[in-house]
Amino acid sequence: MKSLGNIRRSFAPWADPDSKPFISFRNITKKFGDFTAVDNLTLDIYHREFFALLGASGCGKSTLLRMLAGFERPTSGEIILDGQDIAGIPPYRRPVNMMFQSYALFPHMTVESNIGFGLRQDGMPKAEIAERVKQMLKLVKLEQFAKRKPQQLSGGQRQRVALARSLAKRPKVLLLDEPLGALDKKLREETQFELMDLQQELGLTFVVVTHDQEEAMTMADRIAVMSHGKVIQVATPAEIYEAPNSRFVADFIGDVNILEGKVKAAGNGRVEIAGEDFTVRALGDTQLAMGASAGFAIRPEKLKISRTAPADATINASEGEIWDIAYLGDMTVFHVRLPSGKVVKTSMLNAQREVENPIGYDEKVWVSFAETGGVVLKD
Amino acid sequence: MTRWSRFNIISVALGFAFLYLPIVLLVVFSFNESRLVTVWAGFSTKWYVALFNNQGLMDAAWVTIRVALLSATVATVLGTMAALSLVRFTRFRGRMLFSGMVYAPLVMPEVITGLSLLLLFVAIGFDRGFWTVTLAHITLTMCFVAVVVQSRLLSFDRSVEEAALDLGATPLRTFFEVTLPIIAPAVFSGWVLAFTLSLDDLVIASFTSGPGATTLPMKIYSQVRLGVTPEINAACTLLIALVTVGVIIASIVTKRRELQRQRDEHAAFAGR
Repeated sequence: MKSLGNIRRSFAPWADPDSKPFISFRNITKKFGDFTAVDNLTLDIYHREFFALLGASGCGKSTLLRMLAGFERPTSGEIILDGQDIAGIPPYRRPVNMMFQSYALFPHMTVESNIGFGLRQDGMPKAEIAERVKQMLKLVKLEQFAKRKPQQLSGGQRQRVALARSLAKRPKVLLLDEPLGALDKKLREETQFELMDLQQELGLTFVVVTHDQEEAMTMADRIAVMSHGKVIQVATPAEIYEAPNSRFVADFIGDVNILEGKVKAAGNGRVEIAGEDFTVRALGDTQLAMGASAGFAIRPEKLKISRTAPADATINASEGEIWDIAYLGDMTVFHVRLPSGKVVKTSMLNAQREVENPIGYDEKVWVSFAETGGVVLKD
Repeated sequence: MTRWSRFNIISVALGFAFLYLPIVLLVVFSFNESRLVTVWAGFSTKWYVALFNNQGLMDAAWVTIRVALLSATVATVLGTMAALSLVRFTRFRGRMLFSGMVYAPLVMPEVITGLSLLLLFVAIGFDRGFWTVTLAHITLTMCFVAVVVQSRLLSFDRSVEEAALDLGATPLRTFFEVTLPIIAPAVFSGWVLAFTLSLDDLVIASFTSGPGATTLPMKIYSQVRLGVTPEINAACTLLIALVTVGVIIASIVTKRRELQRQRDEHAAFAGR
């Protein structure tokens, strides 16, 4: 399994200008009456990629998936799958299969015949179907439940049946619509890793729709953050988290502090933003106009708090006062009130069980961060 | 549960008496020895024998059953199709009009339905008989089937059909392999409803029937005008028995399904 892990780390076809996308959405628009669900969207997904469409409900991510499956027709634009425009192909002739949020198991069939349904439609010989169904049951560890009806299964088992059924035909692309939404937290985390392993093992392209950012971060090679029918940013989980391209993405993924200010200086890859509490000196886009308002997005764990001012004068620092403390076990979150009244969040990993003289409520502290700690966001 | 008070017992007894006393009387007098309907003269089954020897009544019964079987079956097919298009294609032109028109016969006085059908058959020169009664009953019962099936389809999870399409089933195969098996209980109850409606219809049959196609209700009605005979009582008792058996079977099926569901849920929790 070690080599797979290495492949995974070196897997980045999107960065290679020579690689051809496996799925291409080109200028896709989908309207329902006056409502625009997907707005002139262009997106490439590569072979063997685990791709996540992430967004709040109503952002168009499910519509996009349903267009790929063939349940909705784009109002305009084209969808290319493996070099072929699939816009006019009905769902039952597309080499993609979908796992539904509600699982959509056939209630009148046993687990076995549910999994074999797609194979029967293809007219596969009975013996082969039985063989393949057995394989799939083994894959999802449900061998002893073959003769049961879906109503006789727990939520987690149903989810596995749905997965086995959508994989049985060995589709080129597996679409997953909120695949783990109905499971409880523990089971969900387990299943996330199982799905990742499965995708590696089968070498398939997975496109998953989710509103759960943690789920997307855990599983996906790349994430497309969507809002109002548009893709705001497409990048790896780490890029999305550490280098969001907009306030929306910074705010949507994880916790963030945005320090507002006006551009004071820009040049040589450095930007200075004058704010009320900080004069932020950071690395960033030098195309910013002087005096334009800008924000500096920094994650709570990149902010440091200390009782004394940092010795290095080049480090960004401000005084503040501890406002709230939340102890979460693995880490502690401090809310620090800055002189302007703005409250920033900082978090500290509890690497040791015992702390000498811990920082407490109402203490005066210094908040500081490195120039590489966050990103500059234009308005 | 509260205890049975005297008031409760009396109201239950009165209610049931109100509902069932006439029927009980009818059943009892069908076993009467006497020819007089209102005078009890001892137990006898001779009217049942007489009934089976009464060629007119037996013919009428046979016509009724054939009409009911055929019209219920055709009405079930048409009603299911109507329900599907009403639920599924929500945005076609004239949907409101169509749904209104499907349901109109539900509230339309039977006399009007019968009369208009009669006028139609006369106008197009359709000889009245078995087929006209059957057609009229299809018209009458189709909307009942549509209502029953439509209420089932409203709670139907469309993603199950999408899953079938996604797995390569054509729309037609999806309907027969997935949709129909799931809605089958509703379609079956629609059929039973249509069958019983056709079985006991008098008004529309009177308008649209012709020579050689007298249905049982028509026959009974015409004979009663000449005086009630115990034979008719026997015929009615048999009809009641038929309907009762049907109701009992239907409730047993429902009860069993409920028990099965409970067992399934049990198994699901045990299998966790």
